[in-house]
Amino acid sequence: MAEADGSSRAFLGLSDVSISEDIPVEGDISMPPTSSLQDDGFSTLDEPVKDTVLRDLKAVGNKFVHVLYPKKSKALLRDWDLWGPLLLCVTLALLLQGGSVDSKDDGGPQFAEVFVIIWFGSLIITLNSKLLGGTISFFQSLCVLGYCIMPLTVAMVVCRIVLLGGSGTVSFVVRLVVVCASFGWSTFASTAFLADSQPQNRKALVVYPVFLFYFVIGWMILTFAPAQ
Amino acid sequence: MANTKDPFEFQEFEEAESLLEETRDATTINIDDVNEFRNQRRPGGDEVEEDLLANDDKAELLSGQRKNAPFWTFDYYQKFFDVDTCQVRSRIIGSVLPWRGKNFIELYVRRNPDLYGPFWICATLVFAIAICGNLSKFLVNLGSPNYKYTAEFGKVTIAATAIYSYAWLVPLALWGFLLWRNSKVMNLVTYSFMEIVCAYGYSLSIYIPAVVLWIIPSEGLRWFSVVLALCLSGSVLLLTFWPAIKDDHIRVSIAFMSTIVVLNVLLAVGFKAYFFSSESPHQQTNNSSVVTLVQSKPHS
Repeated sequence: MAEADGSSRAFLGLSDVSISEDIPVEGDISMPPTSSLQDDGFSTLDEPVKDTVLRDLKAVGNKFVHVLYPKKSKALLRDWDLWGPLLLCVTLALLLQGGSVDSKDDGGPQFAEVFVIIWFGSLIITLNSKLLGGTISFFQSLCVLGYCIMPLTVAMVVCRIVLLGGSGTVSFVVRLVVVCASFGWSTFASTAFLADSQPQNRKALVVYPVFLFYFVIGWMILTFAPAQ
Repeated sequence: MANTKDPFEFQEFEEAESLLEETRDATTINIDDVNEFRNQRRPGGDEVEEDLLANDDKAELLSGQRKNAPFWTFDYYQKFFDVDTCQVRSRIIGSVLPWRGKNFIELYVRRNPDLYGPFWICATLVFAIAICGNLSKFLVNLGSPNYKYTAEFGKVTIAATAIYSYAWLVPLALWGFLLWRNSKVMNLVTYSFMEIVCAYGYSLSIYIPAVVLWIIPSEGLRWFSVVLALCLSGSVLLLTFWPAIKDDHIRVSIAFMSTIVVLNVLLAVGFKAYFFSSESPHQQTNNSSVVTLVQSKPHS
């Protein structure tokens, strides 16, 4: 009996437990765009194609803006998509074509080589960060790494424009500065998203492969020599 | 004491010291004690063998605990990535500083071989060789008007094949050989495959700064850095593998050691000759024009 009284006394305190009103509770209950295609009454089959396409385009554009101004955002990581990385990869590979083509094959990278380097490299880095104990999911990591190629693609466009004006020392210095700046930006943007998901004493181990990845892509852009 | 406590109240367990006060004879195990015990028997000579024996037992026990996941699962590979940044850094430094009596595997890798170091050091070396080779060729040919700069991406594939086969096939061969010798002659020290891969992977790390130095088009500097890198990495490898083979016949030991050295030398000199040849194409076109002149002479 004494024990029953004791236990009911323990529960007395629970009745005035409540969440105080000044702790903000926030969240986002919107679902990622891809899952809305599947079921639950609201189907996208009935809406105009323009709406569907524009919604996805807006999501992609939103992520581009996030890469331009990198700040940690959980919503960005959650709504991953691979359209942006595909677009950037194809653009970069196309722009790297048209280099000096000799009769020997020692020239710039082929289209397939750029593709393989980017996707295979992203895959290896994602596997590496997951094996080291990261909490980010597989496709989220691929998404972040792909989107952060954007500064390097912009640098490629700038380099091609600069090369139209000639390929002397001045143009090389300009291209070097542009590529270095965009490489730094890419690495900084991707670590802003990725570094949080790693255990504290392994951050450098995860950041280094990302650095190497963007360095190699930057090198490919810098050594692009147009056919003369 | 427990039965007077309210069952719904959180029970705090007392500190180890206060629990010990009640039963002074209870056996305790302190993790630091184990390391102190091993460290006390450190300096070389015969004590090293006993130490290695003891560690062998521990290694066998611990490696038995780890082999639970089958090799096609993700978890199997996760245990090879159980390293921190400071551990990787100390392993890299340890692989370039040979110290008599200190064995790289014994000191750094034992019981925790990792795949992170070998894989990423090899990847870095592949790209470093391709990029620095390209740069050095550009610098050598800077003055000549005939030279047209190409990026030479085909060389990345060649470098990758060479480096990854050195870092993975040679350890496989060495491990198989050691396994075979172990069935014939009882050795005190055995290395697992992953530990040998670790030793070879980390030993390649000295070549990264060496390759960067080779950009400077000075033959003397290049040969000096080749020899230095060879000596450092070769001696670390020799010191590592000597305890594993020294109990065997003297001829087998010497053949084994010299194979390690020869492969190392071949790798370094091969890289230098293939990626960093200091012949400019100006000289090369001269040679080919001389050859065509000689060939056309009989006709005239």
